[in-house]
Amino acid sequence: MFKSVLTSVLFCLASLASLGLPLAQADIKSYEFAEPEMAQRFVDLTTVLRCPKCQNQNLADSGSIIAQDLRKQVQTLINAGQTDRQITDFMVQRYGEFILYDPPFNKATLVLWLAPFGMVLIGLWALWFFGRKTHTQGAMLTPSEQQKLDQLLADNQNPSRD
Amino acid sequence: MSATTKRLLLLLPTLIAFALGMFLYQGIGQDPNKMESSLIGQPLPNFNGQTLLSPSRTVTQVDMLGQPALINVWATWCPTCRAEHEFLVGIAKQDNVRIFGVNYHDQRTAAQQWLQELGNPYVFSVFDPKGVLGIDLGVVGAPETYLIDAKGVVIDKLIGELNDRTWPPLRTKYLSLLEETN
Repeated sequence: MFKSVLTSVLFCLASLASLGLPLAQADIKSYEFAEPEMAQRFVDLTTVLRCPKCQNQNLADSGSIIAQDLRKQVQTLINAGQTDRQITDFMVQRYGEFILYDPPFNKATLVLWLAPFGMVLIGLWALWFFGRKTHTQGAMLTPSEQQKLDQLLADNQNPSRD
Repeated sequence: MSATTKRLLLLLPTLIAFALGMFLYQGIGQDPNKMESSLIGQPLPNFNGQTLLSPSRTVTQVDMLGQPALINVWATWCPTCRAEHEFLVGIAKQDNVRIFGVNYHDQRTAAQQWLQELGNPYVFSVFDPKGVLGIDLGVVGAPETYLIDAKGVVIDKLIGELNDRTWPPLRTKYLSLLEETN
């Protein structure tokens, strides 16, 4: 019983794997471009543009309707001779900066970009600040205290025997 | 440096970590689908399309102007569209809300039949089988509903079902637009 279930599960996985791979490749190849380097730009652009529907996938990976539409749109715009910048601007205009996997540095993303550097700086400052404190404290014995310390050390080295 | 200042300084990293934690915490649990549409405040994009009911009739964005209205993106393959359809028919009939449809990635006959069976709340539906208008509107999926003013400027956008929970806030805006127009 258990064995037969296991076999069928494995069989399903195997057939899925064999089906899935050639399909995904066929999908990219079905986009035609006027020049070969345009195909590379297509791959690059659909990798850095995020699918607005599925959110954790880029345009190249997603099978949703909107991702298919936007892939076609990217293809059309590339073939129309638009630059990468013009194409990302086109997308941002319609879907917002959300569509960029690499968000630009601006007012809304300021904290996001700067917080890590800020934290490191605060850490370094804290190390220096609190490290420095212990040293100065050690050197800050008053003359009478220093005398007392010397006395104690001397006593310890020559213990008196009563 | 006094002892109190020293102690306060010791607390500083903890305070900063706490503040950062609070800042990040408020992001957790927010609906990631709730994106600000970049179309809000912008005029409708130019388009030119057939209506769903008659292929010979072409419409443009100009046909949607004159009064505040809703633009509802729908399709027969979308279960949530079916769920909200009765509600749309209701507000179109009872409250006289002007609703335009965008029939998104659909088949004409199936969509026509759907309207015949379930009622037609739309002044007209733009037939958009390839999602061309959809891209210009920034449509992510169906259903989506846009509120436009009389000049065709997009005022608000709802992703998801229009129902008696999501309609009231939109309705308030719709009514105030209506008042401005008249």
